[in-house]
Amino acid sequence: MAVTETPHVIGTRPPRSVAAASWTALGALLLRDAVVLRKHVWEFVLRTLIQPFLLCFVFLFVFPKIGQNIGGRGNAAESNFATILVPGVVGISVMFQGVQSIALAMAQEFGFTREIEDRVQAPCPIWLVAVEKVISGTFQGLLSAAIVLPIASVVHASGVQAHLALHWGLILTLVPLAAVAMSGLGLLLGTSFEPRNIGLMFGFIILPITFLGGTYYSFDRLAAVRIGGFHWLQTLVLANPLLYVNEGMRAAFTAAPHLHLYVVYPVLVGFAVLFMSLGLRNFRRRVLS
Amino acid sequence: MGPSGVGTSVPAPAGERRRDAVIRTEQLQKRYPGAEAPAVDHLDLEVFAGEIFGLLGPNGAGKTTTAGMLTTRVVPSGGRAEIGGVDVARHPALAKQLSGIVSQQNTLDRQLNVWENLYFHGRLFGMGSRRSRHRADELLQQFQLARWAKASVYALSGGMAQRLMVARAIFHEPAVLFLDEPTAGLDPQSRLVLWELLGELNAQGQTILLTTHYMEEADQLCGRVAIMDHGHLLALDTPAALKQSIGADTVLTLKAAGDAAELREKMAAALDGVTASRTVEGGAQLQLRGIERLVPRAVAAAEALGVDLIDLSVSEPSLETVFINLTGKELRD
Ligand SMILES: Nc1ncnc2c1ncn2[C@@H]1O[C@H](COP(=O)(O)OP(=O)(O)OP(=O)(O)O)[C@@H](O)[C@H]1O
Ligand SMILES: [Mg+2]
Repeated sequence: MAVTETPHVIGTRPPRSVAAASWTALGALLLRDAVVLRKHVWEFVLRTLIQPFLLCFVFLFVFPKIGQNIGGRGNAAESNFATILVPGVVGISVMFQGVQSIALAMAQEFGFTREIEDRVQAPCPIWLVAVEKVISGTFQGLLSAAIVLPIASVVHASGVQAHLALHWGLILTLVPLAAVAMSGLGLLLGTSFEPRNIGLMFGFIILPITFLGGTYYSFDRLAAVRIGGFHWLQTLVLANPLLYVNEGMRAAFTAAPHLHLYVVYPVLVGFAVLFMSLGLRNFRRRVLS
Repeated sequence: MGPSGVGTSVPAPAGERRRDAVIRTEQLQKRYPGAEAPAVDHLDLEVFAGEIFGLLGPNGAGKTTTAGMLTTRVVPSGGRAEIGGVDVARHPALAKQLSGIVSQQNTLDRQLNVWENLYFHGRLFGMGSRRSRHRADELLQQFQLARWAKASVYALSGGMAQRLMVARAIFHEPAVLFLDEPTAGLDPQSRLVLWELLGELNAQGQTILLTTHYMEEADQLCGRVAIMDHGHLLALDTPAALKQSIGADTVLTLKAAGDAAELREKMAAALDGVTASRTVEGGAQLQLRGIERLVPRAVAAAEALGVDLIDLSVSEPSLETVFINLTGKELRD
């Protein structure tokens, strides 16, 4: 290997094509994210598990113990609720991963650290920097689904058991699709909110999405909520992207009733495309002036 | 193999250039949405390979905007800008291969340590793992940061963070190193260290474009200086030529009790070779030719006019003087 110690002429023409430079830049950005994830792997695991663990602990362990049952009395009813809740918990984790790994990180990088200014100097188109974030967020979403499912399915009181039925074809397609859509949501939120408004984002976007996203109940049961003949809540939650994630998880992990897959797939694809395109547009606007 | 594979994949632009202009702007313009006046107005610049070029101007002159357009962060609203023959507005991704940037704020990656900040920059610009590692080590040595290799970037002082940003910016051997107000906020000691470092890099052939509102920095460091105000280019030359252009070789500053305007008028008339004069806080400043026995002459003139001198100082014209003559106001805020 030749080490240049003498002064040499610095090139004044771009040494590589945009495609080649972009490709290696994408790899480097992913590598950087992987290294950062590895550094904070326990933080990642704990952060990912805490919410699912608490949900299952309270609803599937404490409630049955103290007789404050959800879903009806008796182990059978409680188990039915567990079957609804466990996939919901996986879905919500995938969403939180998208929000945490992208929206929060971006709010910080756009905010006081201004790190984003350096990141977009990468020798590739600006959109690729945002897409890389989504790829890395998707990967983290998959990772969290993989660690949350086993934990969520073992935290329960004795006699209460979620009836899981793994459909691998759905798992391998729906979980990644959900992770992409939720990372897209993270990109959109991260580029829409000023860092100082992150509290607002949680209060007015994340909370409603999680509570009205079919995590604790399945869509078909919402039919009972109506004014006259109008199933208003069922209609309202159709606008919630998390609903499709959770119903998809139900389809993938259980034999419980769920929204038709021919609704879940296209709507998730639609949300993914919508979030990504709005997110990329925002990203560009925030980076360029 | 040369580190940057000079001119292999991208053809040279049509039409040979007179000298090797690395940066060229033609009628470059930026008007921010909603702004009344353009931030940069019809700017024509050429920066040549191997020089340190300074954009000097007060706050809001358009220095950052100009650098921003050249580094693809700001989208021009008119005109053209090229770096290495690449149109920055049309081929931003290509142009980014050619620039290394040290921005006004600290943009170091807070999740990575000092060494990793360099290493991953190398990877980002397409260097292999081995070469990046080697160059990261080498640059940490050169920039006297080796001791801090494993430290968090939060642990660095302002001066060290700035040096690390410079090391990162030149990591991929960019055609141009852009520095936006590189010494703003640094203590005098760190400022000197940075100036020295930039001088060394330039001696090794690094083309540098820096923005500053310290005339001293422009004077000491830059081969050529463009003076900007309100988005306009007011003058462009070597610091020496700029100073010569004002036609005076001495600046005399007088402080006296009483009316400053009157002092200015009287003293300007009484002394020989005065080319320009203005009032300053508590007195007057005269630019003149001929430093010969200036102090006794000035004192005598003041005596004769019955002026009660409090203070008198003589200095050489600086870029500040040039700026004042061009705009009628001082560079400092
Ligand atoms: N993103 C922006 N949007 C709107 N106006 C802007 C923006 N950035 C800068 N400006 C305006 O453009 C003008 C030039 O600003 P610029 O930052 O280029 O000046 P500067 O010479 O770098 O000044 P400073 O010494 O303060 O850094 C100023 O009037 C500024 O208010
Ligand atoms: Mg500026």
